[in-house]
Amino acid sequence: MKKKMSKEALAAILFLAPSFLGFLVFFLFPVLFSLILSFAKWDMASGISSIKFVGLKNFKIIFKDLWFTDSMKNSIVFTVTTVVIGVSIALILAVILTRAAYFKNTLKAMMFLPYISSTVAIAIVWMIVLQPKYGPVNQFLLSIGVNKPPNWLADMKWAMPALIAMYIWQNLGYNMVVYIAGLSSVPTDLYEAAEIDGAGAFSKFRFITIPMVSPTTFFLVIMGIINSFKVFDQVNVLTQGGPGTSTTVLALYIYREAFKFYDMGSASSAAWIMFVIIFIVTIIQWIGQRKWVTYE
Amino acid sequence: MTNKAVIRKKIIRIVATLVLGIMALTMVLPLLWMISASMKVEADVFKYPVEWIPKRFNVIANYKEVWSGRYNFGIFYLNSIKVTLLTTFLQVLISAMGAYAFSKIEFKFRDGLFLLYISMMMIPDQVTIIPKFMIFRSLKLFDKHLGLILLGSFSIYGMFLLKQFMTAIPTALSESAKIDGAGHGRIFLRIILPVTKPALATLAMLKFVWTWNDYQNPLIFLKTEKLYTIPLGMTKFMTEYTSFYSLIMVAAVCAIIPLLIVFLFGQKYIMDGMMVGAVKG
Repeated sequence: MKKKMSKEALAAILFLAPSFLGFLVFFLFPVLFSLILSFAKWDMASGISSIKFVGLKNFKIIFKDLWFTDSMKNSIVFTVTTVVIGVSIALILAVILTRAAYFKNTLKAMMFLPYISSTVAIAIVWMIVLQPKYGPVNQFLLSIGVNKPPNWLADMKWAMPALIAMYIWQNLGYNMVVYIAGLSSVPTDLYEAAEIDGAGAFSKFRFITIPMVSPTTFFLVIMGIINSFKVFDQVNVLTQGGPGTSTTVLALYIYREAFKFYDMGSASSAAWIMFVIIFIVTIIQWIGQRKWVTYE
Repeated sequence: MTNKAVIRKKIIRIVATLVLGIMALTMVLPLLWMISASMKVEADVFKYPVEWIPKRFNVIANYKEVWSGRYNFGIFYLNSIKVTLLTTFLQVLISAMGAYAFSKIEFKFRDGLFLLYISMMMIPDQVTIIPKFMIFRSLKLFDKHLGLILLGSFSIYGMFLLKQFMTAIPTALSESAKIDGAGHGRIFLRIILPVTKPALATLAMLKFVWTWNDYQNPLIFLKTEKLYTIPLGMTKFMTEYTSFYSLIMVAAVCAIIPLLIVFLFGQKYIMDGMMVGAVKG
């Protein structure tokens, strides 16, 4: 008996060794180290021994930094708009697609294409399409009589909306596909019963579809908030945070502090603020779901 | 159903299809523009109204220019292929082994350890990337493909995904093999891996797409230009040759093609994999 136990233990160790090593080196240790760094000042060049604890100083400094406060605001605006608009459009499209359309699979695949394509390649395509002078978007706007089309990515007012539009566009296919899967589990007899009661398309949508897909909505909203909060690639390629601070988001701020200015302390503090926000959102949603998510 | 109702239903379906068709078109329009621009003479790229089918084809010259000579896009391509294939292979292997341990081997602290793994899924990359950067510098893994590959070879998500599948495999299957005297190594290779093939394919395809597209990690962990992967190579391309839009679009097309091929063959696997946990059940 004892011999058998140790044999199991040995097998467990062997099978887990590679992933556990990865877990230690790439997750557990970095998390602890970054927590320490967020309360410390460190000149990287002079080794571990030069780490100095400074308490909450990093946090005090970044909250006075206009770049940081603007990046927080931008991240919140970006997250709220991409999630609300992105998820709503996806639901409407998914309902139309499942309930009434021909060529379902072709349409689905077409809408999924941007999501599966290379983000950097797509960002570059958008950048060129939105080129203020010659880009096809503005040429189109000029041709239909818009006198002064926006400069898009070079315009303080329009850079963020352009980024938001691109992000929604890119993720729409994914959200829609997830909704299609969610809709397929809604029993059709519910709709039939409602039809007999004389319910129209809108009230069926409002009183059956929305409550029945609420677990899917819940998932998409949580994942959407988390992913939008972490957005980096699109922003760094398209605008690098500019013009001014108009598109500087939290992830970009962290990247710049760490790898442009080598201020690992404030970058870590900002990263932990990001984590705390994501953590709180997850907890709130987790508690809140009981109220508004309908499980059968 | 009356004849009138049938006709009404048909009309609704046609209108719905049209609405969705227009929507789907806006989803692929930028991509079509990209393909068309990549085949044009530079002077025609911004012609308006857009020439969707170029009047003056310049395909061969454009692609040749990007793939050879001073641009040498081929190097970025080879780097991406190397990094992506190795990362994908290692990731699937390591995740499968971990998932097997968590689902088919009994050991102390199993649930606790798994919970610890899972809890890390919530932590954003931005938290761990700075210490990773330092670890890599002290281990001499910085600015090397090996570092990038190791970094991508372990993911909690991959293990979680495979564990879901493996837990669903009836224990009777592995138990009977055990009675016949098979060890864990053989059960893993001969029984579990073949049965989980669809899940392995799903993970492999997702990982391929993610690694091929990864921009942030190469940006931070690579410095030498000739080690660049495609996303980095593309941004460099763009900043250095800002006014050669047709050539930039060639690069974009080339970056997307492998993804389209993977998507074409594994559409079902990719969509399934992205929905693990999305729908209840």
